[in-house]
Amino acid sequence: MAIVTTPTKACAVNPLKISQPIGGAFAFMGLRGAMPLLHGSQGCTSFGLTLFVRHFKEAVPLQTTAMSEVATVLGGYENVEQAILNIYNRAKPEIIGICSTGVTETNGDDVDAYIKLIREQHPQLANFPLIFVSTPDFKDAFQDGWEKTVARLVEVLTEALPAEAERDPARVNVLPGCHLTPGDLDELRTILEDFGLKPSFLPDLAGSLDGHIPDEFTPTSIGGIGVDEVASMGRSSWTIAIGAQMRRAAEAMQAKTGVPFRLFERLCGLTPNDEFIAFLSEISGRPVPAKYRRQRGQLADAMLDAHFHIGGRKLAIGAEPDLLFDLSSMLHEMGAQVTAAVTTTQSPVLERIETKEVLIGDLEDLEELARTRGCDLLITHSHGRQAAARLKIPFYRAGFPMFDRIGAGHQLSVGYRGTRDLIFKIANLVIADREENHRPTPDSWRSWSQPFRPGGLSVIEAAERSIA
Amino acid sequence: MSSLSARIQEIFNEPGCAKNANKSVAERKKGCNKQLQPGGAAGGCAFDGAKIALQPFTDVAHLVHGPIACEGNSWDNRGASSSDASIWRTGFTTDMSETDIVFGGEKRLYKAIKEIINKYDPPAIFVYQTCVPAMIGDDINAVCKAASQKLGKPIIPVNSPGFVGPKNLGNKLAGEALLEHVIGTQEPDYTTPYDINLIGEYNLSGELWQVKPLLDELGIRILSCISGDGKYREVASSHRARAAMLVCSKAMINVARKMEERYGIPFFEGSFYGIQDSSGSLREIARLLVERGAPSELIGRTETVIAREEARAWAAIEPYKPRFAGKRALLITGGVKSWSVVAALQEAGLELVGTSVKKSTKQDKERIKELMGQDAHMIEDMTPREIYKMLTDAKADIMLSGGKSQFVALKAAMPWLDINQERCHAYMGYIGMVKLVEEIDKALFNPIWEQLRRPVPWDKVAKNRQTETITKMRGRAAEIAADPQTMRRAKKVCFCKEVDLGTIEDAIRSHGLTSVEAVRQHTDAFGGCCKRRIEDVLATMPVSSPPAMLRAAE
Repeated sequence: MAIVTTPTKACAVNPLKISQPIGGAFAFMGLRGAMPLLHGSQGCTSFGLTLFVRHFKEAVPLQTTAMSEVATVLGGYENVEQAILNIYNRAKPEIIGICSTGVTETNGDDVDAYIKLIREQHPQLANFPLIFVSTPDFKDAFQDGWEKTVARLVEVLTEALPAEAERDPARVNVLPGCHLTPGDLDELRTILEDFGLKPSFLPDLAGSLDGHIPDEFTPTSIGGIGVDEVASMGRSSWTIAIGAQMRRAAEAMQAKTGVPFRLFERLCGLTPNDEFIAFLSEISGRPVPAKYRRQRGQLADAMLDAHFHIGGRKLAIGAEPDLLFDLSSMLHEMGAQVTAAVTTTQSPVLERIETKEVLIGDLEDLEELARTRGCDLLITHSHGRQAAARLKIPFYRAGFPMFDRIGAGHQLSVGYRGTRDLIFKIANLVIADREENHRPTPDSWRSWSQPFRPGGLSVIEAAERSIA
Repeated sequence: MSSLSARIQEIFNEPGCAKNANKSVAERKKGCNKQLQPGGAAGGCAFDGAKIALQPFTDVAHLVHGPIACEGNSWDNRGASSSDASIWRTGFTTDMSETDIVFGGEKRLYKAIKEIINKYDPPAIFVYQTCVPAMIGDDINAVCKAASQKLGKPIIPVNSPGFVGPKNLGNKLAGEALLEHVIGTQEPDYTTPYDINLIGEYNLSGELWQVKPLLDELGIRILSCISGDGKYREVASSHRARAAMLVCSKAMINVARKMEERYGIPFFEGSFYGIQDSSGSLREIARLLVERGAPSELIGRTETVIAREEARAWAAIEPYKPRFAGKRALLITGGVKSWSVVAALQEAGLELVGTSVKKSTKQDKERIKELMGQDAHMIEDMTPREIYKMLTDAKADIMLSGGKSQFVALKAAMPWLDINQERCHAYMGYIGMVKLVEEIDKALFNPIWEQLRRPVPWDKVAKNRQTETITKMRGRAAEIAADPQTMRRAKKVCFCKEVDLGTIEDAIRSHGLTSVEAVRQHTDAFGGCCKRRIEDVLATMPVSSPPAMLRAAE
């Protein structure tokens, strides 16, 4: 049972948090033919765009209403109208998703009313999907933006099931949290299809940001779930929500279409996947394919091989709540101690993180805690690189953004196979660090009587680890 | 805000800008900001521009006053390099919350400044204004002034909120902040007749260090580089330089011109991109320094270094010429430095099929024409779709551009090289141009291109197999259709073992079978998933006793 604390300092140093509208825009990118639009000054979009491009190494659709100082004072109706018309005429999108920012929330633009007016003024837009989500920068974080946007997509786009319509017993809705990568979604799709199920992912980043090469140049998203498919999600027999952040969308789906849901807070680790596979077997009425028996065995073996290296490690982790919960729980189950945990925003899972205290803070806090508590494994997004260099401890990059390594879109953590590979990667980092930085020397044990590091490893422990 | 808009007007009135000088009074007043188009704009805001221009000062703490987006989404994302200090890469922000917006963020800003001084003790703090606090009326000038007095450190307000304009304007507003609050506030420890300022050089990928050794060799001291690998003390005392070079960009022309006005420091616009440009810039630096009183032997020494370096560079590029023969390059840059790169690429033997001239001046265009001939393909503005088409139509062998059009080239399976600010290679000076040629060669001759352009072989195989199957099925269907009874009996009952209805019916009839188990014994039918279907068949068949003859035989 962890206590959640918030910092008292006035200056955030080395932010961990990414702003809410970026998370909202990210969710829209999982729809086919989508153009996310940030209602704010052009910098809001440009910074977000740079983050996405550097993370995925892909062209990313993201537009701006380009609010000027004058427009901010007078209200942004004209900017929203022009932006929608320009995008509609030039990019020929299937959906435009609008997220507000700090500027336009501060001046109080009523975008829902604007949209209503725009539809009246321009009949060609009367039934065109225009979805607005309120995502001020000065509140919440990336994950919240995603959560709100997916819930909104469900509320607006799905259609209630007509009384006479039949549900498709094989069809399943999947609502993935923003901590899953396109690679994770592909892995889940394979698993579900192996049980004879037909999944619809909302959003489906695996269709748009998996790096495939489109035949034609398209200014909008190049794949993902179509608006028509979202509309028909009410025909599914189940909704699977992944990550606590997706509860809201799953509940909205149930309220509107009556599709029952099951929430999986985690899909990394042995036990969560056992539950997941058991559930799939149950709803599909099929026995678990032999493939997954083998994968489970492989994961078990990976745990056996890796526990020597991960067991006892003191983990410092900075991530958004669902990713934090997922990874820290898995490593806790591998014998690591979750020693420093920092996150960006409130969430019901935080209390259940296997540590004493979870801080809603920044990377300065994480670095400081890691130093004073003698952590020897760091997990956070790419911005942790400076802290890792100063702390001189193994660093595994997880979360968004990951701009200084390639392959971010295909980093796996779900399923038996994904967990297995992740465990190998982290264990190998630990091994490499030991070989490079902790080789035993004739003096390794000489000073054993002196306290080594307050709160850190004991000398003997440290020395033994060096040799192991 | 009125002082800010007055300052923006003043910037638009820049007499040092050649483009501006050609405009009418009314045009000039409108400013050089192109009206942004909602839904069709790309590029950073004024805050972004200010931060780009100043962040390379490495020993300064850069504090962003605003909600998380402005710093949280953008910190530590530039490729500038530092020789020692690292605090410039630390992200500081007031991370304004809803409460700050309701009650004002000035107190929080002051506390943040105090925290930074207590924890990190930098020689100065630059405080950046952003849209939201500007809207709610946070007066950062006043807070910075009060903090400077109370805390005894220079706290510099940089008033360039995002919504006042584009990146370029932000560069200039950052320059204004330096002119107003920093330059001339300290004195250098000593001066030499060889002191210069470099203005508008950001040391991306450490490229300044490709040129600095040559300056060091000539005894020329960079008193202050604004702002690449710069220190607060250096820029504060930069008014004692003898000459200045405005590097490769008009972004900070206001700084160069006003320093000339105020402190009599002559400047020239030059570039270290390309061999001739590097030589030209070195010559100009030497000339200006000698004019300002440096010994005239500097010019001779400079010529010696130039001759040596040029010879070395050309010799290094020579081997690439035969490899580049007939290769065509498309150059899409901001346009400012197009012609200097054009010259270098041509020297290496590449044919230029087009270059962008979006931001180039008239003179730039003339020079490009001179270099590429009258029919030079100058691209004013090209949409990604057009670039993509040009590349897929194989009108070019390689594209050189900024990161934004990167994927247009790569997705067309076309070699691409980053020549803008996000790149990870340094291309300045003589050695930089050799490096550029090397990189082009690596990109052009990488074996991946041929593999990626080859059509997928199994597309063809699959197609053949598909047509074959379709023909076969059609033939079979025609056969069956000829006789409806055959068709009925040909229907499969057991899919696993491929047993058809006819076989099962015959078995039931001839052996008088009544159960699935019995059918299984007499036919190949598996009775697993087809159990139900066999039961159906049994149900529809009249129960008949087996023919007597068979009974007898059994």
